[in-house]
Amino acid sequence: MFRVTRRYQFAASHRLHARGLSDEENRSLYGKCNNPFGHGHNYVLEVSARGPVDANTGSAIDPRRLDELVAREVLQPFEHRNLNCDVEAFRDLTPTSENLAVEICRRLKRSWPGMFPGEWPQLEKVRIAETARNIFEMDAHEIQ
Amino acid sequence: MYLQAGSDVEYLSMLITRKVEFSASHVCRNPRLTDEENQRVFGLAANPNGHGHNYLLEVSVEGDPDPVTGMVFDLKEMKDVLNREVVEPFDHRFLNHEVPPFDRVIPTPENIARDIWRRIEPHLAGPGRRLHSVRLYETPDLYVDYFGEQPCSA
Repeated sequence: MFRVTRRYQFAASHRLHARGLSDEENRSLYGKCNNPFGHGHNYVLEVSARGPVDANTGSAIDPRRLDELVAREVLQPFEHRNLNCDVEAFRDLTPTSENLAVEICRRLKRSWPGMFPGEWPQLEKVRIAETARNIFEMDAHEIQ
Repeated sequence: MYLQAGSDVEYLSMLITRKVEFSASHVCRNPRLTDEENQRVFGLAANPNGHGHNYLLEVSVEGDPDPVTGMVFDLKEMKDVLNREVVEPFDHRFLNHEVPPFDRVIPTPENIARDIWRRIEPHLAGPGRRLHSVRLYETPDLYVDYFGEQPCSA
């Protein structure tokens, strides 16, 4: 078994603001990330898949198919967008990087069987770095 | 060029560089252009809701090391200037809405670099030293260098 990881980047903006909390509580909880106009990051996304090496190709995954899937499900809808305003899932959900990792996992998992119809490779992990110092990982098996 | 006190070592002019980071959002649109023209010129960056970057700023000061301290410029003071003049006003802000002059100047990396130069130059220049360059990375693959107002060489 191998784990193969591919790295992608997109630039987007967001604002951390929880609907259920007061303005004061939001400011106190999220600090500068609650600033009303939002701010942005160059997000680095790593997608990991697991599988055996195919005897014919010598590969555990076709990276072009993974690129196509990630581009369609994540990069095209998120690149140069405001996550709060432009991504439906974050209309009512705070786009913390934890929630962003879950949303990316959901999108990839939903479309995975269409791109990789066999038993292998399987989506294993999504890792999103908001800055070089803030990194969030999600085990894909935890997402239904 | 200075001679260090008590030695015959000659110091040549040199550059010292300090890096700081800030995260901000922006939108690149010219209100005098149509939506279609903005889309053509700025592409995805014209999306009216904006998008963001982790900007990396590298500022270089040129000078001779002071014969007493051995330093071109106090790096702690340089850090304080960059934090006060750039990071505090820019970090976690939407540049077009919150950081003048970007309410009327398009916040391309070129214009941001020039604005940063204007903000910090008076605090970094001094006897025997000058601000040499401002390098601003918008992404790891894209940066601009600004050397102050000077004619482009042919």
